[in-house]
Amino acid sequence: MTLTVARFLLKHGAFLLLTLLVVSFLVFTLNEFSPGDVARKVLGAYATQEQVDILTREMGLTRPVLVRYVEFLGRLAAGDLGTSTRFKVPVKDIIWSRLANTAFLAALAFACIVPLSMLLGIVAGMRESSTLDRAILIFSTVVASVPEFALGVFLASVFVVALGWLPGMATLVAGGSWSVASQLVLPVAVIVLFDAGYVVSMIRASMIEVMQRPYIRTAILKGLTFRGVVVHHALRNAMINPITVILLQINYLISGVVVVETVFAYPGFGRMMLEAALFKDIALVEVGALVAVGVAVLTQIAGDLAYRLLDPRIRT
Amino acid sequence: MTLPTTADRLPAVSAPGRLGLARAWARRLGLLAESKPALIGTGIVLFWVLAAVLAPVVAPYPPNANHLAAVAHPTPSATHWLGTDHLGRDILSRILWGARTVLTVAPLAVLGAAILGSLLGLTAGYYRGWIDLVIVRACDIVLSFPVIILYMIILAHFGSSALNIIAVLTLTKAPIITRIVRGLTIELREREYVAAAKMRGESPLYIMLVEILPNARGPLIVDMCLRTGYNVVIIGALGFLGIGLPPPDPDWGGMVKDTYGMMSVWPHMALFPCAAISSLVIGFNLLAVGLREIGLRD
Repeated sequence: MTLTVARFLLKHGAFLLLTLLVVSFLVFTLNEFSPGDVARKVLGAYATQEQVDILTREMGLTRPVLVRYVEFLGRLAAGDLGTSTRFKVPVKDIIWSRLANTAFLAALAFACIVPLSMLLGIVAGMRESSTLDRAILIFSTVVASVPEFALGVFLASVFVVALGWLPGMATLVAGGSWSVASQLVLPVAVIVLFDAGYVVSMIRASMIEVMQRPYIRTAILKGLTFRGVVVHHALRNAMINPITVILLQINYLISGVVVVETVFAYPGFGRMMLEAALFKDIALVEVGALVAVGVAVLTQIAGDLAYRLLDPRIRT
Repeated sequence: MTLPTTADRLPAVSAPGRLGLARAWARRLGLLAESKPALIGTGIVLFWVLAAVLAPVVAPYPPNANHLAAVAHPTPSATHWLGTDHLGRDILSRILWGARTVLTVAPLAVLGAAILGSLLGLTAGYYRGWIDLVIVRACDIVLSFPVIILYMIILAHFGSSALNIIAVLTLTKAPIITRIVRGLTIELREREYVAAAKMRGESPLYIMLVEILPNARGPLIVDMCLRTGYNVVIIGALGFLGIGLPPPDPDWGGMVKDTYGMMSVWPHMALFPCAAISSLVIGFNLLAVGLREIGLRD
């Protein structure tokens, strides 16, 4: 058992490393396509071509891409993440605090998504095609369809503009009459609604499948209460497939969070990446992309592992 | 006198064929009507397709025309049914023209992803071995990339154009199609008709495209429907982030981005394009839910 888990982690760790290598190379070469632009961005539109050329040479951008890529990997391994040209500070000074803000937002949302979607998914799936099931199916389809920014606009128009109950910005600075907690309500609500819709439909589908299994029929025929059958026989089996989906949601959370952070001016990782990409801030985009992919692959591995632990039949 | 009889016989031979085809389509449409989600979804999607096709005819104004008189009073009125935006542009006209852009870019990207993904999936599933391994691993790598981050990197470097968005969407959506087609191919390649085609000496390409692919079309169509919806969401999100289709041509996400800051004064400017994009995505997703229901009943 421990041996298989160790082998599993080794195999997936190798895949994580391979993915990070490929991604770092792609991001690096993409960024290097137009070196002149970087110096131009740093110096501004009024710098002379001569100044741009000098800075390009000083930054070492005239040497071959492969040489600089290997150097870049070496620097990363040594813990030197480079300097952000957009924020004019070392990358490590900005990226971790932004990442922590986003992780906080995502964790809050995740803590709401899991119980909410489990409840709705199981209630819908235990009696397929009932009125309640239809209602939940339509609700989750509709909510998961509305793009995050539109969801943000809809919620803001009701709770900010019409009712005035909540602030429209979540800058995490307790300014004016709005506390930080009240600022977090709308961003979390948007993420929860958008993601829960998808997770609900997954859990529902899995629950429907489990409820049709022979052992459920046996349990019902044995005279157990419907409630007992659902709680003791169906639940664990119905959660095996969705657990990977739920953990994969973290991947979607990272993408979705970019939009939500932009809507509510939240000082997070996603908005930082957007600014960095628009400004061609090479160092920040590179490290940010690697971090994002690392998080995504790690959650994938966690999902696989959870899948194995929940289902004793899978042992490869 | 044999010639006329042959000519007479021709329609007689082809008529049942044509009739059968028509009946098959009628049966399919009938099934579509049986599922309420499918019916509503089809209705919404058709509405927007019509809006996109007829935009030049039905839109009351050119999409980029400024009505300076309306700037002071941009709210909905008899002359501007949905009001005007902060530059005095008619919102109804911009939404109708915006449907044109989004309904060209999203389906084209899905088509690209379907073609690329099917080819890769067929190849991986048919040959297996190391080709399979390479394709599956490459797909995993693309899929592990948070989608919007990838768009930001690529679009920030190559600029924003409809063609770039289609290319990026094609590339990132293809792996999902690859997975589906690969799974189906692994199952279908063991069928008798594939063995028969091999025996006849058909080329692998012929077997993949003519024998296997048509039998994988059911799940593929449902998934393409879902993908189109997701693509609409992403195109909207890119527009909202300011890295989507270049201005001034109307794009729903961009319309929201431009007017979102004026929410507290003129909420209609952002609300109408939001409603438009939401309804279109809901349409595609309901259609997919319905198609799946119909597929399960068969």
